[in-house]
Amino acid sequence: MSSIKIRTKRLGDITQIRTLIAHPMETGRNKDEQGKLIPAHFIQELTVKHNDKVISSSVMGAGISKNPYFAFKFIGGKTGDKISISWQDNLGQSDSQDKILK
Amino acid sequence: MLETRRKFIQKTIRFTACFISAAGGLFNTIIANATWPADNFNETQLNDTLQQLFGRQEFIETDQIQVKLPKIAENGAVVPIIITSSLKKIETFTILAEKNPAPLIAQFTLADETEAYVSARIKMAETSDVIVIAKAGDAYYSKRIAVKVTIGGCGGG
Repeated sequence: MSSIKIRTKRLGDITQIRTLIAHPMETGRNKDEQGKLIPAHFIQELTVKHNDKVISSSVMGAGISKNPYFAFKFIGGKTGDKISISWQDNLGQSDSQDKILK
Repeated sequence: MLETRRKFIQKTIRFTACFISAAGGLFNTIIANATWPADNFNETQLNDTLQQLFGRQEFIETDQIQVKLPKIAENGAVVPIIITSSLKKIETFTILAEKNPAPLIAQFTLADETEAYVSARIKMAETSDVIVIAKAGDAYYSKRIAVKVTIGGCGGG
């Protein structure tokens, strides 16, 4: 199952995209039950595309909460258009997910 | 004397070159993502981060950036933030928390058709100001909001 959930909503000419990503977003400062530091593990880049055109690209640090939530709005978007969201983290892991607008 | 000095320098150069390439390889494996601007996310003071991000840029304080944040955040690990703006042609939104170990939280780049709207959830280590900076054309606008944090969200506990 993908780590990315996408919800879209059309508000007149505007399309709202909301996304929830399952990710630990560890800062590298937290300790586990044995008191050992948990290594940093966080998303570094997030890209949102509308029909393969980038509408938002973001860089982030571990200051984004665990299981990050983001929302964006863009002008346009019609039935059958594709929204793609992808992320890449500091350990080189990545994921992506598509959603077709209703 | 000259001979040995020259040899020494040559060796030093060779060693340094070798070291740099080795370190480069190591660096690449640790930070898989070459485009991620690691320096901007350094653990440092807010002013150093601003300098690193924007150089000596002046910021125009404005109310045309609306930032919705809780006045009191009970849990610093999850602080919802909604940014909207009536400014035109915003290219980037930058979110910083003044007293976080690494002040820069995220930087969002927006395309032309993307509305001046970003919502996210951020971590705050302690009570401090959150600063949002919007780049529109050649100008940089800023907005500061104070957030009181009851329980810090950057671990250590």
